[in-house]
Amino acid sequence: MDHFPGTWGRPRNDVYGAYDPSYLQSTGPKTHTTSPAVTGTSVIGVKFNGGVVLATDNLASYGSLARFTDTKRLRIFGNKAVVGFGGDVSDMQYIDRLLESIDIRENYSSHGNMLNAKNLHTYLAKVFYKRRSEFNPLWNHVLVAGFDGEGKPFLSSADLLGTTFSAPHLATGFGAHLAVPILRRLFPEEKPIEEISREEAVDALKQCLKVLFYRDARSLDKYSIAVITQEGIDLKEDEQLEGQSWAFAERIKGYGAQTV
Amino acid sequence: MTSLMDHQARETVGYSFSESTASGVKQHGFYPYTDNGGSTLGITGSDFAILAGDTRSTSGYNINSRMVPKVFKIGGDDETGEGANIILSVVGFAADGTALKERLDTVVKMYKYQHGKPMTVSACAQRLSTILYQKRFFPYYVHAILAGLDEEGKGALYSYDPVGSYEREQCRAAGAAASLIMPFLDNQVNFKNQYIPGSGEGHALAAKKAEPLPLETVKGLVRDAFTSSVERHIEVGDNLQMVIITKDGIQEVYHPLKKD
Repeated sequence: MDHFPGTWGRPRNDVYGAYDPSYLQSTGPKTHTTSPAVTGTSVIGVKFNGGVVLATDNLASYGSLARFTDTKRLRIFGNKAVVGFGGDVSDMQYIDRLLESIDIRENYSSHGNMLNAKNLHTYLAKVFYKRRSEFNPLWNHVLVAGFDGEGKPFLSSADLLGTTFSAPHLATGFGAHLAVPILRRLFPEEKPIEEISREEAVDALKQCLKVLFYRDARSLDKYSIAVITQEGIDLKEDEQLEGQSWAFAERIKGYGAQTV
Repeated sequence: MTSLMDHQARETVGYSFSESTASGVKQHGFYPYTDNGGSTLGITGSDFAILAGDTRSTSGYNINSRMVPKVFKIGGDDETGEGANIILSVVGFAADGTALKERLDTVVKMYKYQHGKPMTVSACAQRLSTILYQKRFFPYYVHAILAGLDEEGKGALYSYDPVGSYEREQCRAAGAAASLIMPFLDNQVNFKNQYIPGSGEGHALAAKKAEPLPLETVKGLVRDAFTSSVERHIEVGDNLQMVIITKDGIQEVYHPLKKD
């Protein structure tokens, strides 16, 4: 009888070699999340006259495996702001619980939850910065959309290092390479956001999601889109990409059955 | 085959949990810093000081945003900056820059509340050095420049390294294009390698003496420094932010730079 449970149910050591004990971490330094596990890809957002649109696809990948295909990566905060999450999904769920508890706490005050998207972004950026300074990062890149203190449309980004920036249109991850150039062409930066309509903004994001689905291998044709206006938030979480054309793929090696 | 032999050699120990982890502790690869590019520049005169910076924020080859200012008013109103008599520019890791700016801002405000008078630039300069040095072993990854008017009303400029070494100077360039701007400043502000024509032969040739420059000349030098940097450095561009401090207060102006 082998009394050592560590060796139970293992492939034979003499054939397959001993178990690599470094995975057990019985001694050595305490370690934190060092790389994300289940991840979401790009988040894209654009401001328009009177609001902001935010979109993500509904995929959570486990490395190259498309693990969960109905992940809601847009989260509403206090009926005023939306956060779009890229990066680690478990860290997203942690932040979601954090924001939920803040929303509940704020609603006990006499004025209700007065926090706007700008306040929320400042808070999230500080959480990210604190965690990176403890070498225990929350592995996300988020976009926060809504309104600032003056009621103007607000769109800003925060990442795992605590880096923040804002622009009329933003995208995280692969979207920074593929979506931003499309958005910059459609809505040049000298064009004031007052001249961009809600329909134009929504159509632009759908176009970007399509391009991302064509070329980002960790993306999906099912997506969520949130339109934030002063009237409220219109969140659709079960949308399907329309009007795909894979005709271009025919001439590209690697997309289909190879004849050569 | 060699690897299989290696495994069998280790077999002698037998059980996974009794083995030392020293052989292969998984090292994590979280790097808490990033470089957000950009450049800053400060020049003083007899009765003014200028701090300037471009407004581009980058990560790698991506432009995050074309409008992220690097020069801040310290100790003034949060929204308008009114009441401030010190300015700070930070370039390097933007998240550290923001954290540093907010800490110094709080310190200067607390000083005013507790002592009933504004902090002098020299006191603030020493305090900033202390703040930076307190994080000697996990530094704020920024090159800071602090400016204001000294007790005599002369322009004062202090430049820092990330761990708090500082000195008062006439002019200083920092950040991505520092190596391009600083030699230009040496020549145009401190008149290095400039001689008085006809003052003598060989070593008798008299060097042109540096003296404080008028405000309009300095403004011109700042704009020339940045328009030239934009030509040769990809991380510099978009807009030039110039903050000018005189006895009449703080004036802030923006000029467009090339966006390529």
